[in-house]
Amino acid sequence: MPAVVAEGLEKRFGETRALCGVDFKIERATVLGVLGPNGAGKTTAVRILTTLLRPDGGRAWIDGIDVVAEPRRARARIGVTGQYAAVDERLTGFENLQLVGRLFHMTPAEARRRAGEMLDRFSLDEAGGRVVKGYSGGMRRRLDIAMSLIAEPSVLFLDEPTTGLDPRSRLEMWDVIDGLVADGTTLLLTTQYLDEAERLADEIVVIDHGSVIAQGTAAQLKARSGGDRVEVTLGDVAALGRVAGLLAGFAQPGVAETIDEAARSVTVPVATTERIVPSVVRSLDDAGIEVLDVVVRRPTLDDVFLQLTGHRAEDPEPTEDPSVVDPSDTAAKPVPR
Amino acid sequence: MSTAADSSPTSGERVVPNGPVWLFRDTATEATRHLIATWRNPDLLVFAAIQPIMFVVLFVYVFGGSIAVPGFASYEQFVVPGIFAQTVVFGSAFTSIGIAEDMSKGFIDRLRTMPMYPSAVLIGRTVSDLMRNLFTFVIMLAVGLLVGFRLEGGLGAGLVATLLLLGFAYAFSWIQAYIGLSVRSVEAANSAGFIWMFPLTFVSSAFVPTESMPGWLQPIAVNNPFTIVTNATRALYNGSPPGNDLWVAIAWAIGIIVVFATMSFRKYSATSG
Repeated sequence: MPAVVAEGLEKRFGETRALCGVDFKIERATVLGVLGPNGAGKTTAVRILTTLLRPDGGRAWIDGIDVVAEPRRARARIGVTGQYAAVDERLTGFENLQLVGRLFHMTPAEARRRAGEMLDRFSLDEAGGRVVKGYSGGMRRRLDIAMSLIAEPSVLFLDEPTTGLDPRSRLEMWDVIDGLVADGTTLLLTTQYLDEAERLADEIVVIDHGSVIAQGTAAQLKARSGGDRVEVTLGDVAALGRVAGLLAGFAQPGVAETIDEAARSVTVPVATTERIVPSVVRSLDDAGIEVLDVVVRRPTLDDVFLQLTGHRAEDPEPTEDPSVVDPSDTAAKPVPR
Repeated sequence: MSTAADSSPTSGERVVPNGPVWLFRDTATEATRHLIATWRNPDLLVFAAIQPIMFVVLFVYVFGGSIAVPGFASYEQFVVPGIFAQTVVFGSAFTSIGIAEDMSKGFIDRLRTMPMYPSAVLIGRTVSDLMRNLFTFVIMLAVGLLVGFRLEGGLGAGLVATLLLLGFAYAFSWIQAYIGLSVRSVEAANSAGFIWMFPLTFVSSAFVPTESMPGWLQPIAVNNPFTIVTNATRALYNGSPPGNDLWVAIAWAIGIIVVFATMSFRKYSATSG
């Protein structure tokens, strides 16, 4: 029996359809990454699965327990960490953990013992006796996850665990999640970061506008989006359009090239990579265009997302022109690998 | 609702207990959370105590000389019970602020995803605020006694009056709980919780006799439940018979608790949307 099953989940808020029939399941001891831009419906799906929201249609089960019909039984099996660290900052770390243990109906002794274990596991033992108000953002997130895990839930939900964290805390959080995965925790992770889904999830569900638009492992999703890419970087933005026109001749039929003005680059999926770099360079040279770099690379999840949705995963809103990317959003650039 | 007995014993299975003992335990756990926090931040308690002390001293010494209330030996015998009543009712505003704080920080959502009794969250909160109010009351009583207020009705009647006051304040905590669950921010809870309590407590018999108010205001002041509870406690503290006021005040308290606790439980459990 899968740990989590979602079947045809629907939810509307007034006129907005937040979810229009979402299906997925999570096998035990695996990580499902729910990937999508802001407002795609990720959090709505998590709130339904964690009994915080009643679906308008569809059903969901945790360990075979219907979350709508028997919410309290379902709650006994889940741990939830939302987008903001839900800790009581007036208490110490230890007291926060102890409180959750007690509300999961452990004996006082068991709650104390488990609280100590969790502090140790999440490297909070030194801070455990201090009031949470003085904790750093990263420490709060760790405490938050520790609180969600203290009762050994059969499924842990992490809703955008690294959103708003600085790069260092983000790496730290990845280490924590790696540890959970190594321990065999069943995990649902939502994220708007492709690299995060790729790195942490066994299986990825891509959601956009409340619908699942793709599902599979990172490798399968990449395979779906076609073959390798040629990426040309220019010194001069003005020539981007001409380069795109030239590259179209090398492209796989029916696949559009991507123009990234911020990175001054044009990317195009190609049918074959054989002798592609010299050919591209020659044709650009013939056209008298100055080139900084030409590389061949494997598709990233960012390419997959762009191809599936017409906009990038990390755009806050789908823009009119999918090639326009906020230059401040450095994370939006595909990482060459 | 199923019990622990029929759930399969897979890993991490926790009992989902039912029954009053577990409700009590969840409530005690939640109340303890707030009491520890209050203990940690004694400055809040100090401020909670300073205001009523100031009120007692200001009213007794500033107005005491110029206001004579017929039927009372001194203004303090009249006004101190009114200040008691106002202070404990104002104290209930901590409930809306506290709940709004828990909501805005996502803590309520965490509690909503745990297998505890949902009602324990609100009962634990209101009970811990009642304890805080009791603490404030004790300080106020001591200051009252220092400035010359006396329990003319004796200890027994004084105890009944005190219980009535705290019970009425507890009822108001449930109004505040509903407000705290309804507003979107702590700031909003702060205003929405306090603002209506000024007319409520001033258009009443707490500080001046209602007969001294303009004619159009008198019916409002006389029928104000706050007037009724003030009159009942004032009579008890001063050793005169409270008459019907006592029963009407108790009925108000029970009525408010029933209505607002029901509404608050619904609001809390209603999964948003």
